[in-house]
Amino acid sequence: MASVNRVARDASIIAWRNLLNLRRTPGSVIAALVQPVMFVLLLAYVFGGSLGGGDYRTFLMGGIFAQAVTFNAAFTALGLAHDMDKGIVDRFRSLPMPRMAVILGRTLSDLIMSTVTLVVTSLCGLLVGWRIAGTLGEALAAYLLILLFAFAMSWVGATIGLMARSVEVAQSAGLIWLFPVTFVSSSFVSTATMPGPLRTVAEWNPISAVATAVRRLFGNPPPGGIPVGDAWPVVHALPYALLSAAAITAAFMLLALRRFRAVTVG
Amino acid sequence: MTAQHPVAIRAEGLTKRFGDKQALAGVDLEAPAGTVLGVLGPNGAGKTTTVRVLSTLLRPDAGRAWVAGHDVLDDPESVRANLGLSGQYAAVDEKLTGRENLYLVGRLYGMSRRAARRRAGELLGRFRLEEAADRLSGTFSGGMRRRLDLAGALVARPSVVVLDEPTTGLDPRGRSDTWASIRELVDTGTTVLLTTQYLEEADQLADSILVIDSGRVIARGSAAELKARVGGERLALTVPDPSARSRAYEVLGSLGAHVPDLDRRTGRFTVTTDHGAETLEYALGRLRREQIAVREVELAPPTLDDAFLALTGQETAPAAPAPAGADTDPHTLTLAAVPAAGTRSDEETAWRP
Repeated sequence: MASVNRVARDASIIAWRNLLNLRRTPGSVIAALVQPVMFVLLLAYVFGGSLGGGDYRTFLMGGIFAQAVTFNAAFTALGLAHDMDKGIVDRFRSLPMPRMAVILGRTLSDLIMSTVTLVVTSLCGLLVGWRIAGTLGEALAAYLLILLFAFAMSWVGATIGLMARSVEVAQSAGLIWLFPVTFVSSSFVSTATMPGPLRTVAEWNPISAVATAVRRLFGNPPPGGIPVGDAWPVVHALPYALLSAAAITAAFMLLALRRFRAVTVG
Repeated sequence: MTAQHPVAIRAEGLTKRFGDKQALAGVDLEAPAGTVLGVLGPNGAGKTTTVRVLSTLLRPDAGRAWVAGHDVLDDPESVRANLGLSGQYAAVDEKLTGRENLYLVGRLYGMSRRAARRRAGELLGRFRLEEAADRLSGTFSGGMRRRLDLAGALVARPSVVVLDEPTTGLDPRGRSDTWASIRELVDTGTTVLLTTQYLEEADQLADSILVIDSGRVIARGSAAELKARVGGERLALTVPDPSARSRAYEVLGSLGAHVPDLDRRTGRFTVTTDHGAETLEYALGRLRREQIAVREVELAPPTLDDAFLALTGQETAPAAPAPAGADTDPHTLTLAAVPAAGTRSDEETAWRP
């Protein structure tokens, strides 16, 4: 097993390479940033009016943050699939570097991408009337939680990217699961009106927990028309969100690494 | 180059199956340090699979392999540290410049920033990429990308370099550039394993050649030895007058060795002979007596193309039907050792790069 230092060093070199790539493909970066902005505007003004107006727009942002970083997992899937397709991953694999560093480098650069996404999304939120009502410490904790969750989702994307047999498959497989996963949650609506089993799924969906915890930390209470319920993951949103992020990261890190090693020696 | 293991690359009984395709069916190979081993075979013969096993990218189903004295399965880390790989498709990062590509590889070999920068500069000079060094490699020509990929394989001064079809898809200029780079590499004492579908390439670059087909080694030896297995020299001449070709076929067919091959479009005859100049003299004398005019007479040793066809038994196209009477020529003798030599067509030239 390679030393932690070596993994960190090589992963940061790969991340540097990925970011250089991103900087030179402004089209995909812009697409990544337009997507949350589009969701903010759509939900705030198309649905928002009938769901609570200004209060809803404030409530909305916690869900948007959770959704935006989850969608970035699609970039992890696509990026890895692309590198495999182009033989870049084979080049890395033929070098005396830890296997882990190749995937970790990708999830780290996507974490930086998620940070940029958060900045743009926050600015867009401020424009539609969202405000941080809590303390600075709470706000920082909220952003940290979102980034932690982004990192977890990135490992899901990495696993999908490594399983896909082609860039095209990675592109559609990396994107398709995001819609049910982000919408069957309390990101944008109350789970109270969902039919029984769906409601349970939505309540236990880690994305709901992230959205709920972030809203509390930002001091963005739900408007009167959106009851949050009193299920365990709703009441304990913050610990549950942290726990699920850690569990998802660990599980998909193992899956991705196993997939990566499957056909390779050592 | 530090102290080298006397056998730089060695593999024993490598097998690998993908689904119902047996990619490798027991490949043995050995390359003494400082030599070039050419692995020659058609598409799908198992060349790339062999390369992937040797470079630790693929675990074989059975068999063992060592690179620079390190076991590919037990100590892949050491193998990777001593081996440079240039794959079939130049694995350059199109969104990085030439310099950044080499710097990246250097850093991942564990070099310091400074050392990686310096090494990138050296290699860019050596591979004549200095002018383009700071352009995105996506804008490079095919030959330049290959050279950059090759340079990437050499960043850590490996004692063993594996090149998978280094010139596939290159134009003649790119090919000769790449050949020159490989020769320079060999001059520095590096052991090279090179796969190719181009017989000329193996002939030009390799000290010894391994011919593989359907995952099996079907022949091994030097280029000269492989050619010798085809036997004889090739006598070629053109009979411009179509009406004289049938008689010419009889004359050439009576020379004793093989059935002549005729390209009906050009009137070019080719026949394999074991008695070189003697046969040439005799054939020309008989043709003159028959008053058959000939042009472009040539006597040449067999090419690797001939050897390859003979060894794999692969026909590139059905031979032109022989003129009447040829089949029954009592003087015709086909050597059993050369199964495919009797029926070659002009299409075989397609095997040459």
